[in-house]
Amino acid sequence: MTASAAPAGAPRAGVLELRGISKRYRGAPRDAVAELSLTVPAGAVCVLIGPSGCGKTTALKMVNRLIEPSSGEILIDGVSVRDRRPADLRREIGYVIQQVGLLPHLTVFANIATVPKLLGWPKDRIRTRADELMRLIGLEPEEYAHRYPAELSGGQQQRVGLARALAADPPVMLMDEPFSAVDPITRERLQNDFLRLHRQVPKTVVFVSHDIDEAVKMADLVAVMDGGRLIQCAPPAELLSAPANSFVADFVGADRTLKGLSLVRLEDLELAPAPLVAEGTPAESVRERIAAGALRPLEDAVLVTDERGRPRYWRAMDRLGEPAGTARVEPVLDRVTTLRDALAALFEAGAAYGVVVDGDGACVGLVGVDAITGSLRGPVARSEAA
Amino acid sequence: MPEIRWDWIERHTDDIVRATVAHLEITAVSVVAAVAIAIPLGILVRGRRVAFAGAAGTADVLYTIPSIALFSFLVPFTGIGNLPAVIGLIAYALTMLIRNTVVGLRSVPAAVREAAAGMGLTPRQILLRVELPLAVPSIMAGVRLATVSTVGIATIAVFVGGDGLGELILLDGIQRQLFLTPILVGTVLATALAIVLDALLVLAERLLTPWTRARAAL
Repeated sequence: MTASAAPAGAPRAGVLELRGISKRYRGAPRDAVAELSLTVPAGAVCVLIGPSGCGKTTALKMVNRLIEPSSGEILIDGVSVRDRRPADLRREIGYVIQQVGLLPHLTVFANIATVPKLLGWPKDRIRTRADELMRLIGLEPEEYAHRYPAELSGGQQQRVGLARALAADPPVMLMDEPFSAVDPITRERLQNDFLRLHRQVPKTVVFVSHDIDEAVKMADLVAVMDGGRLIQCAPPAELLSAPANSFVADFVGADRTLKGLSLVRLEDLELAPAPLVAEGTPAESVRERIAAGALRPLEDAVLVTDERGRPRYWRAMDRLGEPAGTARVEPVLDRVTTLRDALAALFEAGAAYGVVVDGDGACVGLVGVDAITGSLRGPVARSEAA
Repeated sequence: MPEIRWDWIERHTDDIVRATVAHLEITAVSVVAAVAIAIPLGILVRGRRVAFAGAAGTADVLYTIPSIALFSFLVPFTGIGNLPAVIGLIAYALTMLIRNTVVGLRSVPAAVREAAAGMGLTPRQILLRVELPLAVPSIMAGVRLATVSTVGIATIAVFVGGDGLGELILLDGIQRQLFLTPILVGTVLATALAIVLDALLVLAERLLTPWTRARAAL
């Protein structure tokens, strides 16, 4: 990441430890959370998952003290959250909830600026940070900074919710089913954006979900809960290959092989090179490059890109040089897309190949259905280097 | 329709202006004082079922007392003049204002409250920066109702020795064998005052709540 990305200095991530925390609500027959112990390493994403009422949200809210545990201790970088004033503690913990909860009377900018303002940042630093975050979540500041939440789509609102939570560069993020209130396509996009962001700015994340596919896709660690207890806490691959008991096995589901596709991302595959041609390149020089072996058309077509390398349209060789059509390239897949989502997108579009792009939308290669199904045969390890 | 005596209006321009200004003063003082009482009271009782029922119930009972009677009851304690009228008008305005303040404060979505707390706003900051601004449309609806009705009821201040447009209606009109011109002038001015004040309040609300006009532009 660039030096300007974090005016606060290097991005921070904290170690989060839950030590035997229990919570019993008044008048309840049993503990909502019972003796939960869990360590989330700095920069890791831990997904708490389980059936409704399993205590996952209660566990999450005890971290920022929206709920106080009946017993046990929660430490962030070795400091007990109980020793902090709740408001101060919460300003250092990003919080994203399902219903977003943007302040409806404040603009997008003011929403993102909330915590930096509480922390007393100078105005120009807040401005810079908000602009940077808005670009990071794909909302142009010039266009969106002064809009009100009601003027945004559900997906855009949750992006702002994410930016708001990241604003003060908190070492820990809590996310309570953040993507479950949007449609599946938006959800997948938000998940990918989050993964991309997380890679750029690693945070220690506790993420509550009821969706095992989401958990497998997002998590470094999956903590399966039931009846307030932790049943199994393991990396997703281990959860899929070695469920601790029949409850976890049932929860994970029968299609474990297929779910394994969620463990691998497009960037983990060897992508086929795309026959890229910059828009406006004379047909003559395209043919020369092909003749020289520098460019290999796919099914007798080349992929025309704009000046920033972003795919615009496929163009058949015999129609080179004709004006741009309106046909869009489908599907275009972010490189962090899981193979499972990529396969679904390819089937959806009825395409043999998808165009893989990086975070800026520039084409980095092609992926075919064969490459994805082929990865099922060989053992695939999730890239640790990422 | 009997003829309007334009010459009377011409000869009494000063009195008419004075009565209008006095009316405006009584209305403004009453509404401002009522707002100053109702908002803190609303904040105090918003989370307490019994306290809210008590405050709203008391205000409701006060509202049912006929205005002439209420003003007159106060005279032994306050003497005659504008004071008993203003106190009575405050009591009436409170009914609408307390209810609307509490309704407004309670209308803040639970998710917004939770997100605000989760970001580290203190309860006081949540009240001042989230709950109160979001309650403005509801509070302003109460202020508009209270203002319009106060302009109307304030014409009765004259019965307890107060000023205002009631002077034209009662002293110059009714007591002088239904001399119609002052009655009409007083009534028209009271109505106009109510309409103008309401329009100003609508304008103020628009300026205070720019977000309410934001629509999903998708």
